[in-house]
Amino acid sequence: MNGIQLMVDALSLGSQYALVALGIGLVFGIMRMINFAHGDLMMLGAYALVVPTTADVAPPLIGKWPAVAMIVAITALVACAGILTERFAFRPLRHRQADGATLLISSFAVSYLLQSVVLLVHTGRPKSVSIFAELTRQMEIGGVRVALVDVVTIAVTALLLLAMVVFLRRVRWGVEIRAASEDFTMARILGVRADAVIALAFAIAGGLAGILSLLYVAKTGVLDFRMGVPLAVAGFVGTVVGGMGSLIGAVLGGLFLGVASSLLQALLPEALRPGRDAFLYSLVIVVLLVRPQGLFAPRDTGERT
Amino acid sequence: MKVGLSPPTLPAAGLIPLLGLLCVVVHLIGNQLVEGALTEALVYMVMVVGLSVFVSNSGIISFGHVSFALIGAYASAWQTCCPGLRGVFMPGLPKIVLDTNVPVIPAALIAALLAAVVAAVAGVAIARLDAVAASIALLSLLFVVKTIYENWTSITAGQGSLAGLPLYVSLWTALAWAAVAIVVAQFYMISAHGLRLRATREDYAAARAAGILPWRERLIALVISAFLFAIGGILFGHYLGTLAVSIYWLDMTFLTLAMLVVGGMRSLTGAVVGTLAISTVRELLRALERGFDFGATTIQIPQGTQEVALALALLLVLIFRPQGIVGDYELGVSLPR
Repeated sequence: MNGIQLMVDALSLGSQYALVALGIGLVFGIMRMINFAHGDLMMLGAYALVVPTTADVAPPLIGKWPAVAMIVAITALVACAGILTERFAFRPLRHRQADGATLLISSFAVSYLLQSVVLLVHTGRPKSVSIFAELTRQMEIGGVRVALVDVVTIAVTALLLLAMVVFLRRVRWGVEIRAASEDFTMARILGVRADAVIALAFAIAGGLAGILSLLYVAKTGVLDFRMGVPLAVAGFVGTVVGGMGSLIGAVLGGLFLGVASSLLQALLPEALRPGRDAFLYSLVIVVLLVRPQGLFAPRDTGERT
Repeated sequence: MKVGLSPPTLPAAGLIPLLGLLCVVVHLIGNQLVEGALTEALVYMVMVVGLSVFVSNSGIISFGHVSFALIGAYASAWQTCCPGLRGVFMPGLPKIVLDTNVPVIPAALIAALLAAVVAAVAGVAIARLDAVAASIALLSLLFVVKTIYENWTSITAGQGSLAGLPLYVSLWTALAWAAVAIVVAQFYMISAHGLRLRATREDYAAARAAGILPWRERLIALVISAFLFAIGGILFGHYLGTLAVSIYWLDMTFLTLAMLVVGGMRSLTGAVVGTLAISTVRELLRALERGFDFGATTIQIPQGTQEVALALALLLVLIFRPQGIVGDYELGVSLPR
């Protein structure tokens, strides 16, 4: 494999993981909760593309709309799903001052609930759907052919990250999110509304998951009720490796994980390639052994008491 | 909280006789279906009690314990499965393993020991992380183990399944192991190590200031907990008679955690009560999924309702009774001090 191809592959996967890690990191920053259901929000976005049916072949629903309408609809839909999970599962717990372990379990339960509902509606057999057919073409960079969808994934991720930076630094709501992540109690004293800022974080995380679901489906074309799990796990591990509580750390951690995964895929001997994830996550455990606070962590990351 | 103030209770003294009584009653009624369901519940109980050794005492949720069940179950299969055909299913095993038929109980102990060793090695890293990161690291351990076992086809039959495990798990075997698990968990709980670990759960900073090394206590609990969970996983394999990597995956993770949380994450009694409660609900839902004759009409709910209902039940318990059914309560005899 050529160097440029490898780089595009690595950055494309790294972009996906970075987007997941960003969504998880946003919610974690404020709630101190790892949101297991984040990957399943992405899965919901992907399944919304087709008609709900137990049949093996599902005709496209939102998937046949014009591109702009599809992007807006899926993003909005998944953002709403994110807000609903917050409203009905996490907010009641938060108002009862539930501890971190309870929140973590409840997000696991929400994740399992979403998967089970999709399993009930769509059955467990993978389905196929094709969107953005024009993205499956190859394009040439410096005489090397690379998949257009990978380039688009990287570009979209870069744009979204840039937009997030502007939003978090320049827009009042973004500043409120940062303030709430820094010191939740103090932010509330200064007039940040707790429920609103958390709902906003869930909405943005959901929107990111919606866009990711489109990029993912455009690349693979396959729907599976557990498709969100590996991505979510990559996102969690990305945030942990990057250093919990730092958004930049989460994005870099996700990127690192994707790049490491692609490099392992390319460099491991043929026979060991199917076991790539085992090497990847073992590598993660080694990284954590050396730097338990994560690679890009801020100084103070003691346990909350 | 009450750590260290009240004299320790011995939940095993209360729980084991009650479980024994339950088994005798069910056996005497003689309904095969119910007896099978109770056997399965007791196998799960071994796992959940094992899980509680780590989770209840440390306050850290583990999403990775199923990896120990997976390791144990296959290690037991390597020693006991399908004599004569073992080399056909698993040609990659060393010759000495292929040629030795270990009796089932020593095989289970050896297999669980292997899982405990894996827990000890991974735990050196995991125990040093803070609570949330440790939960995630345990989950990635599950991914590592699953990926390895799915792809190391020559010793695990890969993504296919492995049939012909000796079916030795009767109601009484399951009861005996559940009793063993409860006794081990209880003695860990009332030991100095258990007390220290619960101190880190209640107040991490104060526990450290009092000279407790959190990572050491977490590691000890993780190893014991992995051993017991692996025993449960081994029994599960020998209860079904077939093994597949996919059995030991997210469904089992969810189910065992739900049992522990619904019962009560802070006590051993909670682990036992939660296992029985969730198992009962599950059996009823399964019966409904099969269809139930009710007079002239048949009541049947669609396949897959069970999972949705379980997830909803867990969420409702978390929202309305986060301490679980029993909370801090321990059934049993108090030791005089």
